[in-house]
Amino acid sequence: MITRGRVWKFGDNISTDAITPGRYNLTKDPNELAKIAFIEERPEFSKEVKPGDVVVGGKNFGIGSSRESAALALKAAGVGGVIAKSFGRIFFRNAVNLGLPLLIGNTDPLLDGEIVEVNWRSGEVKKEDGEVLKFKPLDSFLLAIVEEGGIIEYIRRRGDLWIQ
Amino acid sequence: MGGMTIAEKILATHAGKEEVKPGEIVLAKVDFMFGNDVTTPLAIKTFRKIGVEKVFDPERIAIVLDHFTPNKDIKAAEQCKFSREFAREQGIKWFFEGGNVGVEHCLLPELGLVLPGELIIGADSHTCTYGALGAFATGVGSTDLAVAMATGEAWFRVPETIKFVYEGDLQPWVTSKDLILYTIGDIGVNGALYKVMEFSGEVIEKLSVEQRMTMTNMAIEAGAKTGIIEPDKKTIEYVKGRAKREYKIYKSDEDAKYYKVIEYDVSKIEPQVAFPHLPENTVPISKAAKMNIKIDQVVIGSCTNGRLEDLRMAAEVLEGQKVAPWVRLIILPCSPTVYFKAMKEGLLEIFLEAGAVIGPPTCGPCLGGHMGILASGERAVSTTNRNFVGRMGHPKSEVYLASPYVAAASAILGRIASPEEVVK
Repeated sequence: MITRGRVWKFGDNISTDAITPGRYNLTKDPNELAKIAFIEERPEFSKEVKPGDVVVGGKNFGIGSSRESAALALKAAGVGGVIAKSFGRIFFRNAVNLGLPLLIGNTDPLLDGEIVEVNWRSGEVKKEDGEVLKFKPLDSFLLAIVEEGGIIEYIRRRGDLWIQ
Repeated sequence: MGGMTIAEKILATHAGKEEVKPGEIVLAKVDFMFGNDVTTPLAIKTFRKIGVEKVFDPERIAIVLDHFTPNKDIKAAEQCKFSREFAREQGIKWFFEGGNVGVEHCLLPELGLVLPGELIIGADSHTCTYGALGAFATGVGSTDLAVAMATGEAWFRVPETIKFVYEGDLQPWVTSKDLILYTIGDIGVNGALYKVMEFSGEVIEKLSVEQRMTMTNMAIEAGAKTGIIEPDKKTIEYVKGRAKREYKIYKSDEDAKYYKVIEYDVSKIEPQVAFPHLPENTVPISKAAKMNIKIDQVVIGSCTNGRLEDLRMAAEVLEGQKVAPWVRLIILPCSPTVYFKAMKEGLLEIFLEAGAVIGPPTCGPCLGGHMGILASGERAVSTTNRNFVGRMGHPKSEVYLASPYVAAASAILGRIASPEEVVK
């Protein structure tokens, strides 16, 4: 669970409406959703994003709607994961369930456009100059879901949801 | 064993545990689950991947086609068709569209499908509404819904609870919408992140169940997992004759542990308006009304404020008045029953005489779906729950959140206005 890519930096309170605006939500096709990710917030995102890129937010990333399209769009766009100071709670569970890794911590030192290597299990983020930042990774059960590639894969593999 | 809050008790019972502690992750049995036309299709697609043939219990699932309905366009129609076919195939007992559909969070309580003490998940963020009945109800994503449809279970991180105590006498024109907007303005859109907001105090006891739903509905706007209110006589009265299942009443223990207790003296709270583009940007009406903010549209409806009492409030202000010529007033009763009762009571007549457009029960413009989309530069006062950038239409449009009283007064004067300016 190590990815490498550029940082796409966003501010506080990025809503699910900013990630995938409500009026574009009439599709369940991940590739279509990937095309509308941040379509108004940052129109170049869907064209320039590369596999392994990291979306970095401030406080309350993914605030708002339960529409899973927000997390799905980012995953479909190839984003390696999202790092934020905190997450909107439904976005948080949607990301886990879809196998999109998350880290929590102070994102101020991460700069837009810089290249980072992220270890989603340990929470370490390595910058180009060798500096290593430490973030809080997901709890073990949730990490297990993410590592399986999402809750569906987790259930298929294990037969049920039970933790023990 | 220490005391537990009502939220902890419901989670513990459903997880088959004696007690649960905040921060713990539990798997719990879900009493009722549902999705809408936006979230169900994805849940169905995901459900198919799990590899089970049948849903765990077709009587504990609802599909409510309420967001882009009546079908806005071909895509919306296809989404609904996809959901409808699944409902038929699986024998889903609670399937709503056309003449029996209402905005899900108005409809399901009305029909007694969500009950006190239950653990409920909905693939819609405003599922927290049912906390007004003393249920633990929270919004989840489509994948959660798919998993729960297959297994009857979901994972939860046990949240801490913040207790909000409201005391004192409400000022004229102050509604539960103003209390929740004021609270969000105070604690911020992050203020209750991952937590439960337990609303209590003499003011909450005096509120009707419908008014309580307006408060719990917006708990998510403070980041909360849910809002909850201990059931009382009014709750039991409300569910009587509606309940489709047996239910159980839970209350917080005297020695329950709270993350924080926040007290408000409501006698100091005025009607509130949440300015763009966050529900926390609240301004008291005395100040907002003086700013001469001209508006183009007013929306009265939604799972927040589209119930009968909300329409009565709007009618109280609109009776014998006319909407400003430059304002489009759109009223959306939130369920067929509300629509019918509003007609019987003569509310619709008042609205039509005032110059309103009355639409069908739908989420419609609340999420920028249809039935009242804003152009660039346009402003709306709305009784809905979110005023994010582009929420009701163009990214350069603006939404101001308020109660039905303030919305109705603003429609008449064509600017953000206090009901005091209209009703003498």
